[in-house]
Amino acid sequence: MPLASKHLLGMYGVPEEDLNLILDTAVTFREVLERPIKKVPTLKGKTIVNLFFENSTRTRISFELAQKRLSADTINFSTSTSSTKKGETFKDTVKNIEAMKVDMIVVRHESAGVPQYLTKISNANIINAGDGRHEHPTQALLDIYSIREKLGEIAGLKVCIVGDIAHSRVALSNIYALKTLGAEVSVCGPLTMIPKNIEKLGVKVTHSIDEAIAENDVLNVLRIQLERKAGTTIPSLREYHNYFGVNAERLEKYNKDILILHPGPINRGVELSSEVADGPYQIILDQVTNGVAIRMAVLYLLGTMN
Amino acid sequence: MKIVLKNVNLLNPEQNLNKTTDLLIEDGKIARIGDLEKKDLEGAKIFEYEQAVVVPGLFDMHVHLREPGREDEETVHTGSNAAAAGGFTEIACMPNTNPAIDSAEIVSSIKAKSYKHLVEVYPVAAITHGREGEGLSPIAELVEAGAIGLSDDGKSVKNSAVLMGAFDYAKMFNVPIIEHCEDPSLADGVMNESLVSTMLGLPSKPSIAEDIIVMRDISLAEYTGGKLHIAHVSTKKSCEIIRDAKARGVNVTAEVTPHHFTLTDEAVKSFDTNLKMNPPLRTKEDLDAVIEAIKDGTIDCIASDHAPHSIEEKDVEFIYAPDGIVGLETSLGLALSELVHKKHITFEQLVNLMAVNPRKILGIPVPKIAEGEMANLSVIEPDTVWTVDVKKFKSKSKNSPFDKKLLNGKSVAVINKGKMYTSEGFIEI
Amino acid sequence: MDIKAKIIDKEGLNRTITRLAHEILERNKGSENIVVIGVRTRGEFLAKRLWDKIKEIDNCEPPFGVLDSTLYRDDFRKRLKQPEISVTDITVDLNEKNIILVDDVLYTGRTVRAAMDALMDLGRPRTIQFCVLVDRGHRELPIKADFIGKNIPTSINEEVRVKMVEEDGEDAVYLVDISNE
Repeated sequence: MPLASKHLLGMYGVPEEDLNLILDTAVTFREVLERPIKKVPTLKGKTIVNLFFENSTRTRISFELAQKRLSADTINFSTSTSSTKKGETFKDTVKNIEAMKVDMIVVRHESAGVPQYLTKISNANIINAGDGRHEHPTQALLDIYSIREKLGEIAGLKVCIVGDIAHSRVALSNIYALKTLGAEVSVCGPLTMIPKNIEKLGVKVTHSIDEAIAENDVLNVLRIQLERKAGTTIPSLREYHNYFGVNAERLEKYNKDILILHPGPINRGVELSSEVADGPYQIILDQVTNGVAIRMAVLYLLGTMN
Repeated sequence: MKIVLKNVNLLNPEQNLNKTTDLLIEDGKIARIGDLEKKDLEGAKIFEYEQAVVVPGLFDMHVHLREPGREDEETVHTGSNAAAAGGFTEIACMPNTNPAIDSAEIVSSIKAKSYKHLVEVYPVAAITHGREGEGLSPIAELVEAGAIGLSDDGKSVKNSAVLMGAFDYAKMFNVPIIEHCEDPSLADGVMNESLVSTMLGLPSKPSIAEDIIVMRDISLAEYTGGKLHIAHVSTKKSCEIIRDAKARGVNVTAEVTPHHFTLTDEAVKSFDTNLKMNPPLRTKEDLDAVIEAIKDGTIDCIASDHAPHSIEEKDVEFIYAPDGIVGLETSLGLALSELVHKKHITFEQLVNLMAVNPRKILGIPVPKIAEGEMANLSVIEPDTVWTVDVKKFKSKSKNSPFDKKLLNGKSVAVINKGKMYTSEGFIEI
Repeated sequence: MDIKAKIIDKEGLNRTITRLAHEILERNKGSENIVVIGVRTRGEFLAKRLWDKIKEIDNCEPPFGVLDSTLYRDDFRKRLKQPEISVTDITVDLNEKNIILVDDVLYTGRTVRAAMDALMDLGRPRTIQFCVLVDRGHRELPIKADFIGKNIPTSINEEVRVKMVEEDGEDAVYLVDISNE
C-alpha cells in the first residue's frame, strides 16, 4: 500500500498506517547506512531540488545525503544565490525550476503554507522541510523513529516537548504524529512560550521541568532561539536555564531512565547542560543518523509512486 | 428618455413606503408612481423583473479606490463601475492612497472624476498629515472641498492626544471620525489568534488588539462629545463595548464587513491569501456576536472595505501578501444570503443597513422615492440565485475568496444622476 | 488458485533439496568459504532448508544471510503497486567468498540481476553461484542457474507457485493458470 498522498506537507491528518510505513521503510535504509557502499540505485534518474528560502545547513545536508545515497540527482537552491534578490516572485522562481524538469521539491520557507501553495503551482512531489512555525514532518518522523528504536511501541509512551512551543514547527509536527500513534503528549515551558490553545490539541501543559522529567518516558528538548527578544517572552537565557533547563542533577533526582531528544543545534548551558548533552540519557547523534534514513524512506516512498 | 419599471415593490423605511406598483422615470426624475396611462408607456423603455424590490440607492461607506497612486489596481472610474454592478449608487472612498487624501486638491480631483459617473464618490479625508498620526490635516479645507468624514484608515491614530484634538476640531464641522481600531504593538501577526493560528503556525494577533482601541476611542468620543464611527467591527468584545456606549448615549456608530458575518478563521486553513485581511477573520463566537449586534442595532451599517490588490501582490507566500479583498460586487449578495435569507434580519432592516444609516452617519440626505424627486435607486431581485465569477467583475482587481460561490439575491439595476446601469451597461435616462 | 498440476510434493521437495545440497558441496569441494544467501521473500525459507541440509551432510556451519533486492529493481515505474520493502540481513564479510544465492523460481532473470547488483555493493565475492528450485524458462536477460531443482517449461498464462510449510502450511510446488487473475 503506497502512501495516501504524493506529498509530505505535514504530520497533521497523516493516517497511522502511513506513519508506520515510513518508519518501517526507514529500517531498511538505516541498514544501508551501515554498509561500506552507502548507495542504492533506486532513485537513479530522478531530479530533486532543495529549495531552501530559510537558512539551514544541517537539514539541507541531511536531505542531500539521503538523495545522493538513493542515486538521485540533487540541486540546491538557496535565497542568497537566487534571482529572488532581483525581484523575481516565488511563483516564477518555482515555475522556472520546474521547467527544467524536476521530479521532487524539498522546500523550507519562513511562511507557513508555502508547501501547500507549491502543490498548486507545481506537478512535482513536494516535501516540507519546515514552513514557518507550522510543520517539519521529517523531524517528527526521525524523532519518533529514534524513540521507537530505543523504547519500542509508541502507543502509551509519555512524551513531553520542552521549550518555545509557540514558535516551534518541530513541536507541532511531533504533537500531531505522536498523538496519531497513541502517545500521551505534554508540553513544558514558560507560559509566554506556550500557545493559549494548545490544550485543545489534546496536550497537557506543565510549567515545571521537574514534573516533566519525573512523569515522562521521553523529553524532546527544543532549542531556544538566541535571537528571540529577551524581555517579552523570557527575561534572560540564564533565567530560562535555571528554571527550565535540563541538567544532570534534575535527571538523577527525578528520572534516571528518561530518554532525551533534541533537534539540534544545541545551545549548551541553555536548554541542556553540557553534561546532559554529552551524557548517557541523550540520543541526539542517533537522531541525526536516523534523520538520513527517514529522509531516504520518504524520498523512496514518494519517488517510486506511480 | 422615459423608463418604466413594471410591477416592482417600492420600499423605503424612512418614508414608511412599501408598495408594489409601476414606476415611471423621465429625464432622471421620478415622474409617476403607479396608475400609469398609455401615454406614459409610449416610447418608454420598459423593464420587467422577477419580483424586484426598488429601494433608495445603496451606499457603501468604506471603499478603497486606489487613485491616486495605484491606478493599476483600481481607479475612481473602475471602482465606480464595480459599485454600480454591486447595486450601489454612492460610495465613500478611504484616504490611504498615495499621496493620502490630506489636501483639498486631491479631494476636489476625486470629486471631479466622479462628477460624470452614475455613482457618486464621497471622499473621506485623512485625520492627520499623510496619515502619519502626528499633526492634524487641514480639516476645514478638506470638508469645504467635499470630504464627508475623516479617517487614517489602515491604522488607528496612535497618539491619544492627537485623536482627542481631532474629535474636538471635527466637531465644528460635524463630520465623523472613522477609526480603524487596532493597537499596533499587539498586532504583529497575519491572522486571528486562536486554535487555528496555533495549528497553522502563522504569527497571529489577538482580538483584544481591536477591543483595546475601541474602548479608548469611545472614551475619547464620550469625553469630547465628538462623533465616532468604528470601521469594520469584528470581535465579540467590541460589540459589547459599543452596545454599552450607545446605551450611555455616546455618539458612536459602527459598521461591519460582509466577510466578517460570513467567514471565520477556519477558512485560513487553505492558506489562500484571499482569506488574509485586516481585521482578520475571527472565531465563530465573534461571528455570531457580530450577527447579534447587527440584529439589535448595535451595528448600524454594512460596508464592504473593498480593497483591490493586483495579482502579483496577492499571489505570493501567505505572510508576504497584503491584507484585503474586493467587496463591492459581492456585498449585497452576501448580506441577502447570510442575513436576510437566514432570517437574521428582514429586508427592511437591510435597507436601513445599506442605504439609510450610512447616509445618516455621514450627514447625507437619504434619497426619497416620490414623484418629482431625482431618481436615486437600486433595483434588487432578492431571490435570484447566481454564481460569483471574479472574471466578470467590473473592478480591476479580482482578489475575492468568493469566486464560484452561490449567492441568493442580487442587484439588477441602479439609477442615479440621470443614468441607469444594468447588466447591459450604462444608458442615459 | 486455479491449479493445473502439482509438480512437486512434500517428499519430492525433500529429495530435491538433498540432491541440490550434495551438488553444491561437490562443486565447491566442501563448505569452506561458502555463504548461503536467500533472496527475500520466498527464497529465504528455501535457503534455510538448503543450509540445514548442507550443515547435516558436511557437519559444518557456513554463514547464512538474507538479501532484500527491492532497492535494485528495474520495474518501479511499471508496477501498479509499490513493492514492499524489507531488510537485508548479512553480517558476514562477502569478500573472496563463494556465494550460494538461493531463490524459489527462475523466470525472467530480473530478480537475480537485482540481487547480484545488491551483493556487489556489499563486497567483492569470489563467485556467485545461483541455486533455484524451479527454472520455468522465458529468460529476458542472459542469466542461468548453476543448480536447478526442476526444469518446468511454462506458458506466460501460467505461474509456478512454491508453498513452504513455514509460511503456507504445506510443502508443495504447483503449476497454476493465471489467465483469470
